[in-house]
This record gives sequence, C-alpha cells and structure tokens, in this order.
Amino acid sequence: MAIAFEQVGAKRAMRSATAWERLKTNREWLSLWFMLPAAAFLILFLAYPLVLGVWLSFTDARIGRSGVFIGLENYEWLMGDSTFLLSVFNTLLYTSVASVIKFAVGLYLALLLNERLPFKAILRALVLIPFIVPTVLSAIAFWWLFDPQFSIISWSLKKMGLITANIDFLGDIWNARWSVIFANIWRGVPFVAITLLAGLQTVSPSLYEAATIDGATPWQRFRFITYPLLTPIIAVVMTFSVLFTFTDFQLIWVMTRGGPVNATHLMATLSYQRAILGGQLGEGAAISTAMIPFLLAAILVSWFGLQRRKWQQGESND
Amino acid sequence: MSNFTRRTLVKGGTAAMAAGALTGPALLEWAKAWAQSAPWKPEKDAKLSMLRWKYFVQSEDDAFVKLIEAFTKATGVKVDIARESYEDVQPKASVAANTGTGPDLFWGLYSLPHLFPQKCVDVTDVADYLGKKYGGWVPSAVTYGKSGNKWIAIPICYSGNMINYRVEASNKAGFSKFPDKSDAFLEYAKAMKKNNTPGGFALGHASGDGNGWVHWCLWSQGGNTVDKDDKVIINSPETAKALEYAKALYAEMIPGVASWNDASNNKAFLGGEINWTDNGISIYVAAKKDPTKKQIAEDMDHSYWPVGPVGKPTELHLMYPAMAMTYTKYPQACKALMAFMLEADNFNPWIESAQGYLTQCLTAYDKNPIWTADPKNKVFGEASKRTLTAGGLGSVGEKAATAIADFVVLDMFANYCTGREDVKGSIAIAERQLKRIYR
Repeated sequence: MAIAFEQVGAKRAMRSATAWERLKTNREWLSLWFMLPAAAFLILFLAYPLVLGVWLSFTDARIGRSGVFIGLENYEWLMGDSTFLLSVFNTLLYTSVASVIKFAVGLYLALLLNERLPFKAILRALVLIPFIVPTVLSAIAFWWLFDPQFSIISWSLKKMGLITANIDFLGDIWNARWSVIFANIWRGVPFVAITLLAGLQTVSPSLYEAATIDGATPWQRFRFITYPLLTPIIAVVMTFSVLFTFTDFQLIWVMTRGGPVNATHLMATLSYQRAILGGQLGEGAAISTAMIPFLLAAILVSWFGLQRRKWQQGESND
Repeated sequence: MSNFTRRTLVKGGTAAMAAGALTGPALLEWAKAWAQSAPWKPEKDAKLSMLRWKYFVQSEDDAFVKLIEAFTKATGVKVDIARESYEDVQPKASVAANTGTGPDLFWGLYSLPHLFPQKCVDVTDVADYLGKKYGGWVPSAVTYGKSGNKWIAIPICYSGNMINYRVEASNKAGFSKFPDKSDAFLEYAKAMKKNNTPGGFALGHASGDGNGWVHWCLWSQGGNTVDKDDKVIINSPETAKALEYAKALYAEMIPGVASWNDASNNKAFLGGEINWTDNGISIYVAAKKDPTKKQIAEDMDHSYWPVGPVGKPTELHLMYPAMAMTYTKYPQACKALMAFMLEADNFNPWIESAQGYLTQCLTAYDKNPIWTADPKNKVFGEASKRTLTAGGLGSVGEKAATAIADFVVLDMFANYCTGREDVKGSIAIAERQLKRIYR
C-alpha cells in the first residue's frame, strides 16, 4: 500500500492575485456596480430634466423648435413682468400662510391623537383621508363649494339669514386667495399630523413621568420635553410640506386656473401656462428655475435652524 | 325581455340590417367609389391615429365615428381616434411636435398648426381640390389654413360663439329684439340688471367664451393688438375706449364673472341665474334635451354680436383645423382622410348631427338644412363669414397663438374691470407682454 503523501515541505505554488481578481473583490468597485441602477434612475429622471430645464431657461426655445442661447434675457424680462412678480408674491404668501397654519393645526391634531382615545385607529384613518383622496378630485369638490352661483356655503348662509347675496369666493382677488389656501390646508394637514404623531410616539414616557413628579405643568412638559425632541421630525415634515406647497399646481389649476386676474397664479401654474399653453419653453423654464433659490432657502433654514443641537444629530450634548 | 333567445337575436339583427340597408351599403358604395377616384391613394398597410377635441354634442361624435368607419371600409386604412378636451389638444400636439412621435393627425384649435408650421405636412393640393369643388373657402379660413404660400392645415369647421339671451326677460326690459349696436347693447345690459335679470361674460381664463367677448369688445371699438406688419399698437385711445366700455358692461353683469371658466356661463344660464351671455349652441342643445329645461329652450334665442363704432362685425369664432404631422409614415393616407371628411356626402350629415354647433368653412355648405331647420340656429351658420382672425390685423402665427394662450387681452380687460389696474396700467402690462411675444 503506497500512501501518497504530499512531500513535507512542498508548498502549493503561491501565485499573486491578478489585477482583475483584486478588482473583483474590491469593495469600492462592487459598490459602484450596486449603486449604478439607482444612480442611472436618478440621473435620468431627476438630474437630466433639472439640468435641461435650467439650460432651456437660458434659451428662447419654443415648443416645436429648439432655441438659441440668449443668456439671462429671459430672467431680465421676467424681473420687469408684473404678472411674474405677482406670481412670486402669491407663491410666497400661499406657502407661508398655508405652512404655518398646517403646522399649527397638524401639531395640535397630533397631540390630541397621542392621548388615550376611544377608536384611535379609526380616527387616525379618518384624519388621513383628505391627504389620500386624489388632489384633482378634492379640487373639483372645492370648485363646486366655492362656485359663485351654486355654492352650498352661500346657500346655507342665505337660508340661515346671515347673508343676502352669494359670496364671490373665486372671483374676488383676496377671497380667491384665502379659498385656495383653505383648500391647501385641508388637504395638507393630515400629512403633518400623522408624521408628527409618529414623532410624538418616540418620546419616552419616562421623561414625562419624571417631569410630572418634579411638578411640571402641561405647558412646561410640552415646551421642555416634547418640542425639543420633536424638532428633527418637524424639520423633515415642514421641509416636505413647504416644498410641496410651494410647487403646488393641481389645486390652483383646477380651482381658478390662476385667476382671477392672476391673483392665484403660482410660479408653477404660470410656468405651465407660458411654456406649454403659450409655447414659450424658454420663458417657462426660467420661471421654474427661479423657484430653486426659494426652495433651497427653505431647506437650509430647516436643516440648519432646527437641527443645531448636537444631540439631535446623534452625538452627545455639550 | 321575457324570452331572449337566439331567435330574438336573429330577428332583431335582420330588422336592424334592413333599417340600415338604405344608409349603410349605399354610403359604403359611394365611399368605395370615392376611394377609387380620389387623387390621394393611401399607402399600403397604412394605419392612422388621430387626436381630436372631445365632442360638445354626442350626436356629432357618433356621426364622426360613422364617417371614419366608412373611410376605413373604403380605403382599408384603420383610423384610431383619441379625444381630449379641446384645451388639452394643444399641449399634446406641442409635445408630439417637439418629440417627433405621436398621432399622425391632430384636429385642434385654430392656432395649433401655426405653433409649429414646419412640422405640418403641406396640404395645398387638398385645399385647392376642396375649394374648387365646394364654392371656395371663406376668407378667414384661408388666413388660418395658410402659412406663407402653402396650406399647412385644412379648416374643417368653426365653432360659433354668439349671444345667447332670454326673450321674455329682454321684452320686459324694453327690447323686442336683441340690440345690434354696441351702445344699445350697453343700455340693454343696464335695463336687464335693473329688472334683476342680469347676464354675464366670462372674465376668468376661459379660452373660448372669455377670449371671444374681449376680442369682440376690443375690435368693435377700433382697438387692435398689432397692425398688419405685426407692430404692437395696443396702446391707443381706441383701446382705452374699449376698456371703458367693458368696465361699464362689467358693472351690469352678475358678480363672480372674474372666476368663470368656459363651463361656468353654461351652468349659470341653464340654472336661470343669468339671462344673456356668449356661448356656442351647446346651451340651447342642452336645454332642448333636458325635459326640466324646456322652458328655457323655448324662451331663449341667439343673436349676432352687436356692431361697434367701426361699423362692421368684429367677432371671434373658434376654428378647428386638421393637420398632419411631418413625422407621419402615411402622408397620402392623411390627405385622403382630410379630403374625405369634407366631401359633401360626409360633411353634410355630420354638420347636421352637430345640431348647429359647428359651422362650415366652404361656402357650398351654406345650404345645409340644419341652418333652416330651427330658426334659432340661423345665426350660427354665419359664424365663419363674420369672424375676424386671431391676431386681428396681424399674422395668424405662433405669435398670435401665444398671445391668446397667455390671455394677454383677457387679462388686460380683467385687470381694468376688477379695478386692479387703471387704464394706463392695464394697457402698459399688455403692451409689454405683446412686445415680448411679437419681437
């Protein structure tokens, strides 16, 4: 019986790894390939349209033909266009008023829903409905509610004897503004409320118990425990809320088309009217691009203003 | 249905076939003969897709579907019809023009072919053939259809926008017939308001009814956006006069018109809230169909727009041209379809089924029976002859189209009527926008 032993001392030949083998197992290389599908998706659907939009704003492109580079001419003209300046004012007014009220009402609703309530699950589902209903549908419903001739609100108030003539909801400049702001608040509160509710539930009850033992009033509990712990969530939800409100299109378009006399034209609706309906792609793109500084400012305010404390970002407090 | 068996089906089927025997096969025979003799032979295996504006009157759409079916049977070309609300045809067509793919044919609003004239197939031969055969095109149709020397679209029909008013309320206000001069019209509006039977024109972004009345108002007082060389001339005393007139009229209108879109005045008229407005024949048709609105249908009538100090009609009616896009693979089939649509055996029944909503562009069709069937339809038959073109004195091109789509004139009137701007301010804003558009 000859047992073949490996010769003691003989080592299997060592060969150094080839460049390809090193590359195959390199973590950076692998992660690049894993990220590629997501990156391609983002570039194709986010980065490319954004860059194209900004590029278009520097040309005089029209629908049906490409344009030539004209530098800042679109922007210069827009600076003197009263309709554009009005739309900027409208957008800022609409966003600030609607966001503040949405935040206040949403926070209040979240605090209420955080308490011990009967039928909590059903209540929370009901609260979410305005946000889930497609915007166009609720916009059409509001359009009927605010109709100058057939509004149920006017009709009810007339029957109760409180007013004598129909309220001109969407034909009077300021009435129209408040009407669309109201519709936006109605639609947007659930988003803020449910998100803040989620944040409230992460606050440890032991903190509240400790505060109660120390004799804190409900307001003090809110101000010193709830609110500071909630600020990261508030930053996130308000950023989203402000962004969506600023770029709102559907509600305005269905209810007023930007009227009366451009009093409810937001930058998004004006951009659509100029670019797609009017055919002036360059000018519409310039209006859209002009939204970017405002949106950036909103994001910066929320990131830096509301998340200053180190402990909110995961490090220990000073 | 107590006894629905195969026998009933067969019996019913033969009855339907017998009824359709007069029109079906006869139409088919004619269509086949037409296909043989038509100068445009569709390409082999041609298939077309067409995007048209959504019907205002259901019967018109039914007749149109029959027309297309006859075309398919005659030529073997299948046509896919898609419908969009008429305001949305333009964005879709614009996107198609920009990207180079989409429906082969578009049937949309007047300005559409002029937004991208170089993307439209040259249809001069079709236009000449139809014009020669059917008495010639009305002048405004020629302006709309041509870009430079060639035809880029075939004018199919106009949608007339005339005054709709309630007769009894007008009689009570002291007017046995609707005023035909603009000064008298202002008096009429005042009297109607005094009797608590006011009316209204849309001052919101209503692309049909709103643009219709503000352009009538501007032109009837002698104002114009541009002159024949496309120079902006809106800053003129005539424009100021038009603004003053509109403001006086606005004071006699029902409140809330600044928020009206195209559907609002229909709603208000049929609800009895207003007694005069501008609209197509759709209000009358809707009132006739609805048994609860019979009283409105019997009491209402239509009238031409009053004539202003300029002394001649200055109306604006919407025209719906059909165009073929240059990216189509079957241009001959497209031309054949466009010619087919306007042949008498197709066009006459189709216009009739539209119940007066649509007006012809070829003068031979003035004799269509729909205009005499009901005296209240008569004024709509003249729409194509009384209309001025979009852009007024200036070119019918992308600039006029942009000015209308951006509601420059409408906003000018709305700004002044609602008091947001004074006369100088309203005109200045409009002038600045027009100068930019027409640069």
